[in-house]
Amino acid sequence: MPKRGAPPEVNAGSMADIAFLLLIFFLVTTTIETDAGLDRMLPPIEPPDTDVIIKQKNIFQVNINRDGQLLADDELTNIKDLRAKAIAFLDNGGAPSGTADYCNYCKGKREATSSDSPSKAIISLKNDRETKYGTYITVQNELVGAYNDLRNREAQRLFKKDFTDMEAEYLNPETPDNVRDELKEKVKKIQDLFPQKLSEAETSSN
Amino acid sequence: MSKFNKKKDAALPAVNTASLPDIVFMLLFFFMTVTVMKDSTLKVENVLPNATEIKKLEKKDRVIYIYVGKPTREYEKTYGTESKIQLNDKFASASDVGDYILMERAKKPQELQNVLTTALKVDKNANMGIISDIKQELRKVNALKVNYTTYDGDAFRNLQ
Repeated sequence: MPKRGAPPEVNAGSMADIAFLLLIFFLVTTTIETDAGLDRMLPPIEPPDTDVIIKQKNIFQVNINRDGQLLADDELTNIKDLRAKAIAFLDNGGAPSGTADYCNYCKGKREATSSDSPSKAIISLKNDRETKYGTYITVQNELVGAYNDLRNREAQRLFKKDFTDMEAEYLNPETPDNVRDELKEKVKKIQDLFPQKLSEAETSSN
Repeated sequence: MSKFNKKKDAALPAVNTASLPDIVFMLLFFFMTVTVMKDSTLKVENVLPNATEIKKLEKKDRVIYIYVGKPTREYEKTYGTESKIQLNDKFASASDVGDYILMERAKKPQELQNVLTTALKVDKNANMGIISDIKQELRKVNALKVNYTTYDGDAFRNLQ
């Protein structure tokens, strides 16, 4: 070994390796997690002042029992068929043309025994205390999906865009303000065409 | 600078990697600062259900979390195997939810207090009874905006 006057320099060549190691560790452990889920509004606890009388045909009753079985409008239904049934109910538009409730954008069967118009139609969801949460979420998901499908259809017709995309863009905080103002109106318009009326009754205890 | 002169006649100078550690460190610091370690350790099992019609929960400072699920193995002896509510890092009963929400709401800045969302992180095997109790409590304190936090996936997998 040749002797030098100055102390030997520390070899920094492996510094990059060490840094890489740490980097990879943090890369792997980082979860830039954004939670996502189903947004719902709970009904306020004070009962509304005026009792609104709702016609039976405008209510779509969904019952989930403790075994996860589904009763939709008094018929035992497979959860997979729920979305189609809900869409048929919401999109029915049974009010005859010329009346105030007439729905000119509905593409349903217009049966007199089903809902008058989407703004009148109410889906009522009831569950047992023993119902599994997973089942409940699936049902919620299908019902929200039914609304989204219909809203997408109308948004495609009016704005050539999916409603869910428009809403996501509207809710995204990175969207510039001018774009958002424009979207707000469109989103509002579609929401008015198919207002989400999903009532959750209090759970039955038996 | 004889050192440099000598190199001049070499055909291809080696790429200088001296700044590589700096670059890597920069990345490292970025990820170190971005990483969020969970602030409350979960004491309950928390396998969320799947759903497709989900919306992202933007702005974390406006969210209050409530966890529900079976106590994990180490707490099973003390708390049993029935689904429990976890608020912050304590087990609680449904009647505590209202106070917890009011307390958390008071901690937030004034302008956010009206736009808070309650995120319910519930294990998919929990019963609806406990959820209904929570919902009732939330209605009592007027925290009406809830988000059933789920994973993005086929909702029918929840049924299995």
